[in-house]
Amino acid sequence: MSVKQKDASIPTLPLGAVISRWIGRNLIRIYMVFAFTYLFIPVAYTFAFSFNDSGKSNLIWKGFTFDNWTNPCGAPEVCTALGNSIKIGLLSTIFATILGTMIAFAIGRHAFKGRSASNLLIFLPMATPEIVLGASLLSLFLVFQINPGFWPTVIAHVVFCISFVVVTVKARIASLDPRLEQAAMDLYANEFQTFRRVTLPLVAPGIAAAALLAFSLSFDDFIITNFNSGTMTTFPKFVYVSAARGIPAQANVIGSAMFFLALALVIVGQVVSRKRKVS
Amino acid sequence: MKKISTPYLLLLPGFAFLFTFFILPIINLAQTSTQTRLENGDTGQYEQTLRFANYLDAFIENREQFTRSFVYALIATLLALLISYPLAYALAFKAGKYKNILLVLVIAPFFTSFLLRTVAWKQILGEEGFVVPSLRTLGVISESTTLTSTAFAVVMGMTYNFLPFMTLPLYASIDRIDPRTLEASGDLYANGFTTFRKVTLPLSMPGVVAGTLLTFIPAAGDYVNAQILGSPNTKMIGNVIESRYFKIVDYPTAAALSFTLMAAILILVTIYIRKAGTEELV
Repeated sequence: MSVKQKDASIPTLPLGAVISRWIGRNLIRIYMVFAFTYLFIPVAYTFAFSFNDSGKSNLIWKGFTFDNWTNPCGAPEVCTALGNSIKIGLLSTIFATILGTMIAFAIGRHAFKGRSASNLLIFLPMATPEIVLGASLLSLFLVFQINPGFWPTVIAHVVFCISFVVVTVKARIASLDPRLEQAAMDLYANEFQTFRRVTLPLVAPGIAAAALLAFSLSFDDFIITNFNSGTMTTFPKFVYVSAARGIPAQANVIGSAMFFLALALVIVGQVVSRKRKVS
Repeated sequence: MKKISTPYLLLLPGFAFLFTFFILPIINLAQTSTQTRLENGDTGQYEQTLRFANYLDAFIENREQFTRSFVYALIATLLALLISYPLAYALAFKAGKYKNILLVLVIAPFFTSFLLRTVAWKQILGEEGFVVPSLRTLGVISESTTLTSTAFAVVMGMTYNFLPFMTLPLYASIDRIDPRTLEASGDLYANGFTTFRKVTLPLSMPGVVAGTLLTFIPAAGDYVNAQILGSPNTKMIGNVIESRYFKIVDYPTAAALSFTLMAAILILVTIYIRKAGTEELV
């Protein structure tokens, strides 16, 4: 923290003191530069190596090319894996968002017996290591002789996404001003109309954020997927399996594209919500 | 129209789902953990013998990996806290109009796949990366020292990969602090450090607790970082459970290990939450 010091305009100050004062004043900025460099190193690396003219193993820089970007499905299996990940992500997002939002409304809007037990049941999946969730579900599927694959993976993803949806939506519900609903009721809206016209639109950004979170958690999940997907590949599984011999540059293309897509989505979301606030 | 049954109806589908696919599997896992291999049975065939010694055997056989998991996860959590706290503080109080942009930038790296980022670190820290040669030139590490396949790389990877789980809750709770409380502290002649220790830090405790839990739990059960960035000497309990399941097909041991891990984490978490005094978190 920069402490208030004497006037900086004294010309006879030694260079060392000037430098250390500058560092003191800009400590936070310097820290931010370091922190963001650290955060973005692997992203920059992945992006740079998506242009590598590497052939099959993308370990050493061999030359610049756009080929990987123009032909992202060029490596065998990479697009099948991506397709599976997107399908699983969308399905588990839909189920988890619906179930989780209902739970969030129950817990956030109603006082009832067993409310704290319900909170505990929501907390438990988040406190359980992924490997335990994955392994226990696989054991259950094996007992019922259900083969691991697409649907078991979707189910597994819904299990760990629900809690995150509940927490996100609940926070949004808690931040609502109850007077808005009272006002609607005063204006002779019935409960259903109040919910549809006032409550739901106000909670919607929370639900959207929860859905986005659920999708990214599902899309990025490896451990639980590895246990419950059997022979089906997903994008993270594909990267894991190919990591030993070097992943193809197409995987970097897809990773980078996901990055820019998500970034664009978030920025659009922020702009939209700011415009709403203004109007 | 507000009926007593409404919350229960809202809870029903979700809780039925969680009961079937979360509670039942855990119960089933508990059952599996005390089974023994069928005599003359095929691989993967087990019968219930209520052999609780499975736990002891599994723990003794793998106590090294257990210790490692908790030590690595603890170091990674502390490092993540040290990196994230100033970052979250700066975002909340010093970023001004750039707050939202910077917040997006903090989360943005995690839009690239977790696996890709880990592989990227492997290559950055590897022999062909730029870090090792430059450190060697600077004389920081010797010619024979490598960074990958070490505990350092594993802990570093975990710290990086679980960072947003630390930064976001921290930011959320620091951002909620009323800046006037900090001004008041200054007005009462507290210096920067005292203000931080007596005002900022206590007020941000819910974020610290949430962040450390959300980082520690996945880190303790992780095996991806240890697999990609580590060596056989850095294997964690997750690696053992994974190989018991898929390579050795020893379900009872894997189940006993999973249960021990979960129990250990739950106990630690409970003690921690009690000590930190923020039970409203749950």
